[in-house]
Amino acid sequence: MKRHLTLGLAALLATSGLVHAEGVVNLYNWGNYTSPELLEKFEAETGIKVNVTDYDSNDTALARIRQGGHGFDIVVPSNSYTQTWINEGLVVPLDKSIVTNHGNIAPEWVDVDFDPGREYSVPWQWGTTGVIVNTSVFKGDINDAGIIFNPPDELKGKINVIPEMSDVMAIAIYYAGGEACTMDMDVMRKVRDMLVSAKAHWKALDYGTVDAHAAGDFSAGIYWNGATMRARLQNEDLAYGYPTTGYPIWMDSAMVLADAQNTENAMTFINFILEPENAAMISNFARYANGVTGSEEFMDEVMRNAPEIVAAPELMAAGRFSPACSQEVNDLQSQIWTEVLQ
Amino acid sequence: MASREFNVRALPGFGAVAIFTLVMLYLPIIILVIFSFNESQSQSAWGGFSLKWYVAAFNNSQVIDVSVRSLWLALVAAGIATVLATLAALATTRVGRFPGQTMIYALINQPLMVPEIVTGIALLIFVAFLKVQTGYAGMGYMVAAHTAFCIPFAYLPIRARLETMDLTLERAAADLYATPVQAFTYVTLPLLVPGIVAGFMLGFVVSLDTVVITEFVKSAGQDTLPTYMLGQLRRSVTPEMNAIATLFLALSLVVVSLFFLITRKRG
Amino acid sequence: MKRDSHRWKWILVSPALLVLILAASGPLLIVAVYSFLSPGNMGGVAWDFSTDAWFRVFFKRDIFEPENVTLNADHLAVFQRTIWLSLQTTVICAALGFPTAWFIATRPANRRMIWLFLITVPFWTNLLIRTFAIQEMIRNTGTLNTALLWLGVIGEPIEMMYTDFAVLLGMSYVFLPLMVLPLYAAMDKLDFRLVEAGYDLYASRFQVLRHVILPLVKPGFIAGSILVFIPSIGAYVTPRVLGGGRSMMMGNLIGLQFGQGRNWPLGSALAMVLLVIVVVALVFYLRITTRETGGRDGQS
Repeated sequence: MKRHLTLGLAALLATSGLVHAEGVVNLYNWGNYTSPELLEKFEAETGIKVNVTDYDSNDTALARIRQGGHGFDIVVPSNSYTQTWINEGLVVPLDKSIVTNHGNIAPEWVDVDFDPGREYSVPWQWGTTGVIVNTSVFKGDINDAGIIFNPPDELKGKINVIPEMSDVMAIAIYYAGGEACTMDMDVMRKVRDMLVSAKAHWKALDYGTVDAHAAGDFSAGIYWNGATMRARLQNEDLAYGYPTTGYPIWMDSAMVLADAQNTENAMTFINFILEPENAAMISNFARYANGVTGSEEFMDEVMRNAPEIVAAPELMAAGRFSPACSQEVNDLQSQIWTEVLQ
Repeated sequence: MASREFNVRALPGFGAVAIFTLVMLYLPIIILVIFSFNESQSQSAWGGFSLKWYVAAFNNSQVIDVSVRSLWLALVAAGIATVLATLAALATTRVGRFPGQTMIYALINQPLMVPEIVTGIALLIFVAFLKVQTGYAGMGYMVAAHTAFCIPFAYLPIRARLETMDLTLERAAADLYATPVQAFTYVTLPLLVPGIVAGFMLGFVVSLDTVVITEFVKSAGQDTLPTYMLGQLRRSVTPEMNAIATLFLALSLVVVSLFFLITRKRG
Repeated sequence: MKRDSHRWKWILVSPALLVLILAASGPLLIVAVYSFLSPGNMGGVAWDFSTDAWFRVFFKRDIFEPENVTLNADHLAVFQRTIWLSLQTTVICAALGFPTAWFIATRPANRRMIWLFLITVPFWTNLLIRTFAIQEMIRNTGTLNTALLWLGVIGEPIEMMYTDFAVLLGMSYVFLPLMVLPLYAAMDKLDFRLVEAGYDLYASRFQVLRHVILPLVKPGFIAGSILVFIPSIGAYVTPRVLGGGRSMMMGNLIGLQFGQGRNWPLGSALAMVLLVIVVVALVFYLRITTRETGGRDGQS
């Protein structure tokens, strides 16, 4: 009996080892962010199968990878976290002998301050975080973060805020008159008080609510532009507002993990997504711009001039690229954020 | 059995509450099943009968992957748990009190009592440490975690069966000079089979159901159906989910039916 | 029957214990240890002894005025909501479960199995599927609101998702069979001659219920209550899906500390608090049952 059991266990461990067999790459990415067609195409072209696992915040991803033993090969963190990943040695520099499409990265996205020269990362998608509003419920000016932080009566109890600290804190700090990563305690106190009292009027802090917005379960919220567009394509009443007090611009970049089991396959995938046609597939699925030169011509018609991507110059000007904050600032923000969440 | 000539057993309104309860239990599930056959994407408006969401589910390679993994994991974990639980039940039933008994019971039933989230974070910390130390990140951890979780569920019916089993046959075997091993193989084990099968099925269903522990233990490419669904629930909900849910509902129905047929013979 | 030494018992039971210790009980010790460490930079732990996590479970230092220490009202509110929702869930399950179990127990013997089967099937259906089913029922555009709007009962959808009510409904739905089964087990063994005797003595239905039936099925009530209360208090998935990050319970608060809260020691300490609540409930249960059943264990 015992021997059979041992044999069984051994067989079991052997079969489960197959997960890391050749021809696999494990992608750890935001939920609802990866085009299934893209993965099919990649598998058809290279024979490498892609496993996708979701995360719902930069913190979840970082904590998971830091623990080690995760088995992932590629991760797609936001710009404000990218440097943490690099500095902690969690990711490896790109292998330029495989990533031959490196030159396809749009010039304006090469010398970014979170990864100068793009030694470690390549663009996945970039976008903005603003306000989603159901214009059949709220008739006022939608380019206003006050809709969320000091909601009008018709929106009270109908707001959803994405549970992503860096995005929400940035909009809140700008609204309170501060700069990103500020340590001005008066501003931060104002931010805390504002968020805590605003939360009483929020219905939920839920992630991934494209359908809920489209179905009218919510009437407003803090949301990403691409997700808003997906909801708007289902429900014409929805509109995307650019808070004039300031809103964050972000870029999620793909990087290869230092303890990846399939580094070569991962590099191959990274190279693959830099092909304009493939980058366009990512954008056509998630509805964000991608930062790869020449991908525009492969994009869906609805993506061109979409109000979630192209807006009046004065609205576009209010967007600010989120910098990485110091540890001290991060601690303060996460304390405030935890207070808001609970 | 008391006869039913006078309705001493009837309590006014109880039947109505029971029917109401049953309707409430089934209504959400039935609606879920109905809308899995909906032509349109809506969860509230009927757009005509269609099997397209089932086709979509079967063509979704991720869904197939996670379903196969879930079933595989449930079979393996419930299988191991049943073997271990059978041995444990044989050791702890019909033996009178012995030192360490309370501790054994506490350990066996522990997964029933400790909230899943607590076990989940404990395993997250422990398993990550092991993965780094050993370099092995395969399904073994998931199997171990699921097995531990299934043991009490497998143990209870086996123990119950042992307790109610007729001892005379075993004694007869012993009187006929059967060795303990022979007595066990030819007498005890066959009698125990319904309990073992029931234990296996409980373990199987419990493993299929486990979300939180899996979520915290899984490595890359180890999503099971429940963790995949949890990811889906956080985002767009399409009737494809209803279709997958319906299929697993059908599977549970089969397992529970078998469970009932097997345990029924006992009574 | 042969009475060997205790050794073979331990040999037989040890594989199971080994798995349980390695994959269930043992890791709990790590959680206890972690609760006395310092939070690491952006998650994880630093190996410095600290009681700060335990302090923070109950007290709060104002972020901006560290000298201003108050009771941690946020945590206490979550504890309170968790316990209150769990108690309510238990009461709802008991209120619906008692008549249902009674109804089943009083069916003819050959039909009882079918009823029991019907009650059990939803319970063995995946928890997430059931939670998902509830979500699709109670959304603003869900089945319930659509039906009520169509019938003209309401003018605009009732807001049910992301409320305490949604969590309560979800938990009651999910855990109800855990109440029905032990109650049924207790009623199945009930000696109906006692009920008959009650009526013979001209007791009213209510009196019989109150003085005869309820005391007899009390062990079933207690077992069912504990079986509902314990998973409720540790619930994670149901409040997460139906509570939408607003109606948080202890399980979610713990999960939060391991994610965006970036405070693993605090999460560990909160997990220990949850464990203590469960143990207290269990001890309470054992004391009642040993008193009720005269020393035997309360297995029904």
